[in-house]
Amino acid sequence: MHKTEIIEKVAGLWPEIVMLIGATACLFIGLSKGKGPRRSTPWIAALTLALAALVVCKRGDAGEQALALTGIAHYIKLAVAGVGLILLMVAAGVPNRLRQTLDAEAAREFEPGDVMTGEFYAFFLLSLTGVMLTAGAGDLVWLFLALELTSLPTYVMVATSRDRIEAQESAIKYFFLGALSAAIFLYGFALIYGATGSTEFAEITRIAQEQIAANNNNVPGLLLMGIVLSVVGVCFKIAAVPMHFYAADVYEGAATPVTAFLAFVPKTAGAVALILLLSLVGWPLPAPIASLIWLIAVLTMTVGNVLGLLQNNVKRVLAYSSVAHSGYILVGLLAGPAVNQAAGGALGDGIAAVLFYLVAYGLGTIASFAVLGCLRAGDREAQTYQHISGIHKKHPFLAALMLISVLSLVGLPPLVGFLGKVYLIGSAYGAGFIGLVIILVLNSAISAAYYLRIASACYFGEPDETVHSAGMFGRTAGALIAATLAIVLGVMGNGLVNASRNATAPAMQAAAPAPAPQVQFSTAK
Amino acid sequence: MDYLLLLITVFPIVSALPLMLPIKAFDCRKTVWSYALLSTLVTFLFSLIAVFNFDFAHAGAMQLTGSVRWVDAFGLSFGYGIDSISLWLMLLTTFLMPIIVLGSLTAVNTRIREFYFWLIALETFMLGTFVATDIIFFYLCFEFTLVPLYILIGVFGSSDRLRAAKVFFLYTFTGSMLTFAGVMYVVYINHLTTREWSFNIQELYTAAAGMSVTEQAWVLGALMAGFAVKVPIFPVHTWLPLAHTEAPTAGSVILAGVLLKLGTYGLLRFALPMCPEAVVEYAWLIGIFAVLGVLVTALICWVQTDVKKLIAYSSVSHLGFCVLGLFALDADNTGAVGSVMYMINHGLSTGALFLCIGMIYERFHTREMAKMSGLGRVIPVWASFTVFFVLASVGLPGLNGFVSEFLTLIGAFLSPSNVLGFEYAAFAGMGMIFAAIYLLYMVGKVIFGPVKVPDVHNEDGSHDLKDLNGREILTLLPLAAGCLILGLFPYNMLSSLEAPVGKLTQAGKAAALQEPGLVQTDANGTPLRLVLDDQAVTNVNPTADRAAER
Repeated sequence: MHKTEIIEKVAGLWPEIVMLIGATACLFIGLSKGKGPRRSTPWIAALTLALAALVVCKRGDAGEQALALTGIAHYIKLAVAGVGLILLMVAAGVPNRLRQTLDAEAAREFEPGDVMTGEFYAFFLLSLTGVMLTAGAGDLVWLFLALELTSLPTYVMVATSRDRIEAQESAIKYFFLGALSAAIFLYGFALIYGATGSTEFAEITRIAQEQIAANNNNVPGLLLMGIVLSVVGVCFKIAAVPMHFYAADVYEGAATPVTAFLAFVPKTAGAVALILLLSLVGWPLPAPIASLIWLIAVLTMTVGNVLGLLQNNVKRVLAYSSVAHSGYILVGLLAGPAVNQAAGGALGDGIAAVLFYLVAYGLGTIASFAVLGCLRAGDREAQTYQHISGIHKKHPFLAALMLISVLSLVGLPPLVGFLGKVYLIGSAYGAGFIGLVIILVLNSAISAAYYLRIASACYFGEPDETVHSAGMFGRTAGALIAATLAIVLGVMGNGLVNASRNATAPAMQAAAPAPAPQVQFSTAK
Repeated sequence: MDYLLLLITVFPIVSALPLMLPIKAFDCRKTVWSYALLSTLVTFLFSLIAVFNFDFAHAGAMQLTGSVRWVDAFGLSFGYGIDSISLWLMLLTTFLMPIIVLGSLTAVNTRIREFYFWLIALETFMLGTFVATDIIFFYLCFEFTLVPLYILIGVFGSSDRLRAAKVFFLYTFTGSMLTFAGVMYVVYINHLTTREWSFNIQELYTAAAGMSVTEQAWVLGALMAGFAVKVPIFPVHTWLPLAHTEAPTAGSVILAGVLLKLGTYGLLRFALPMCPEAVVEYAWLIGIFAVLGVLVTALICWVQTDVKKLIAYSSVSHLGFCVLGLFALDADNTGAVGSVMYMINHGLSTGALFLCIGMIYERFHTREMAKMSGLGRVIPVWASFTVFFVLASVGLPGLNGFVSEFLTLIGAFLSPSNVLGFEYAAFAGMGMIFAAIYLLYMVGKVIFGPVKVPDVHNEDGSHDLKDLNGREILTLLPLAAGCLILGLFPYNMLSSLEAPVGKLTQAGKAAALQEPGLVQTDANGTPLRLVLDDQAVTNVNPTADRAAER
């Protein structure tokens, strides 16, 4: 690697550098003795995110040329910074409230100095940095490190989010399974390296193409094995079958705002990593890989939705719903960019659909978790249908937000989730996966049953006396913003659709003149 | 670009928003009610302006059109416009709404603000389905009508409301998801032929004409999945009686009056022009289910003990005629024109019957036929109105039901032998007799016979039975007038419907006749080109194109 190249790469990493500086600042200020500076950490984190978003916007056109997948990285960085701000509003206060969950005896021993505000926000920022780096990855090692940077802080966040044994249990489960998945995809990366002799995406793509061409248009075994293992390993991040087992337990154990974080951030990183990995062999995907993704997509949708139906705990329901949404996202990944179609609107581009859907799903799911996080049942978190039952009577505002978010998740027009479905289905048709479309719509119908149960509980149920609002302004505001965006982006979705479309445009341009339907994302030589 | 239709559509929901704001004045029942009444009356006024601006000489063309940007990159827009079919259905909606509000003053006691909010919000989405010229705009409104009604049933319904709301939502949502897949398929076909993504209904007609019969059959199946549930056609009607009986009166009137018509409207607007050959091929099946629906549910009506359930089942039975007429494809469009008129008539007469039953329920808190009889002698005004609407519903000549029911049967009778035929008309005709039996049986039990009055629960706590008050008479009077006028002078409406209905059934009729000039087939009999009278379909066989692409 040339020296100048490294400098260029670093120059493209300004948003991440800003995030790292912010994280470090949070870490240090969080250690200070005075309460005032410690209290300022969430504001520092917010400032950092805003600054990072600004830097992404400013440096959007120039400076990032050295990186692969410029457009997608740009989009994801901006989306992560933006949604990160909402997540921060939702999560703010998690560490402060920790001690309130203790029983009376322990509460007497409560020391304000114990409140560990700083680390939480530092880990929060670090994990988001990981997603940004994932999006900008141009190299297998980089990708691995970025994915791990996304996940490692979340283990700590889960463990420290609640002062209960469940949180620790979740964290341990999450950590071990996460480590296992990391081992699997690292093995996959190693095999890819073994097959092609390079870790750089551009180089791998070139060699893989040659090998495929030399091998009667079949993917050679070692490369295939590598890709399959990587994909299956990364499936852990997006909680897709067969790596979905942790989702319900971990989501249930973590504090609700942290669950919202888990449902969006690692999933985004995983989806982007899958885009990168699959682009190594290009779309239309070679038959064995396409079948694998098809199978994973169908299983993920169906398993997620069916198990979601059977739950009584709303957090577990939303966890399985998040599994199901990963299945929808995989449909877009399978369809891939619209290589053999003339430029005629954004529909038909699966990758753009995935980028759009990530945001659409993120808004709905964050809003619903945030509403759940606003409620407390006695001194515990509100978690079951019983707890959210009849909240309409006491908290009509929260009930309305919950209604909007579940309707967006179910894909009811005109909310943003519906546009996401239009986008995904358009791309699936464009790539000829008609059966998959039917499975997708049937799954949406199944999912309506449990989303509706949430809405019914909120609106028609009898209130549970122990449930009260946690009265957290930031969290309510976060839910409000996410739900409002779900409406606004649904009715006026032009901006986001164009952004997602433009994000994949460089890839389209690179692909268009190529005679083989092969996508080459890299602009660097 | 004309903004009138946009105004009509958006006005209700915008005017409903203040109801959810913390305004003290709206805590008073009368204020909220008057506000809702005002809002719906203004909407009605706007729609009358639309009627006056509508050029009946060109009733078949989309008028007062316009479009609001939505997602350009998808080719999505909020395109709107009306032909006379949409016009009449729009008018039906805006006409029914003030009446419903008028009738609801004492029907709701809790969460009154929300009740009117969802009621008025629902109007926006019902109107949206009728004015949409963009298929996703249509679909948006079609789907979103579920949410307000879901809440109206779930919050304001009677004892088993939760189950009713859930069944209603899931049943219709599942069907319409499949419809969505079908619609997207047509859009995709359009993309293959034109290289553009467009959701404009007119363009999709053109694209759909190029589909092979198999593709058309699948699309028809997908469309039927959503629309047949909504209508509802016989085997998938089971959600309706439950929803009707549990819904508050206002919900029932809207459901019977307008929402069921979304299904038949969808069949007419999309299924007929988009998959004409499949319609011809499978008309017998749809016809059989329609006739079965007419007969079986008529028999079910006969054994009902709950008056509201009886009327609910009678809706299913009546809409069977409507579906039969739609798929008749006879040369003069008698069936389809009759069907469209039937949609309006059924909305008026059945809506009115639900209102009548609601008034009785408010007094007695029961709807059991066994508990009441001879009411004609106790509350004669109510009884007169009820008998009047029952007769309209049965199809007494001179009232509106007769004209349309007769036309749909004639349509089925005249239908080409490869579509429907006289046997369908004959069997469905028996349904008319059954309808007379079960409705008059109900009238005989409840209104005539020895006087038997259940316990009366008035709002003020008193227990004397009062006949209809001025407000209630004012609620029913416009509907009665409507039934009479449309019964005596149906000609204007029928003639205005001919042109647009003709346009929509044209492709189907051509496919039914298989005239050599209209449908060209290749050696295997696969239709290659469908030439419509004013527009030649340029692209022909996308299957061939796609094969070449591969």
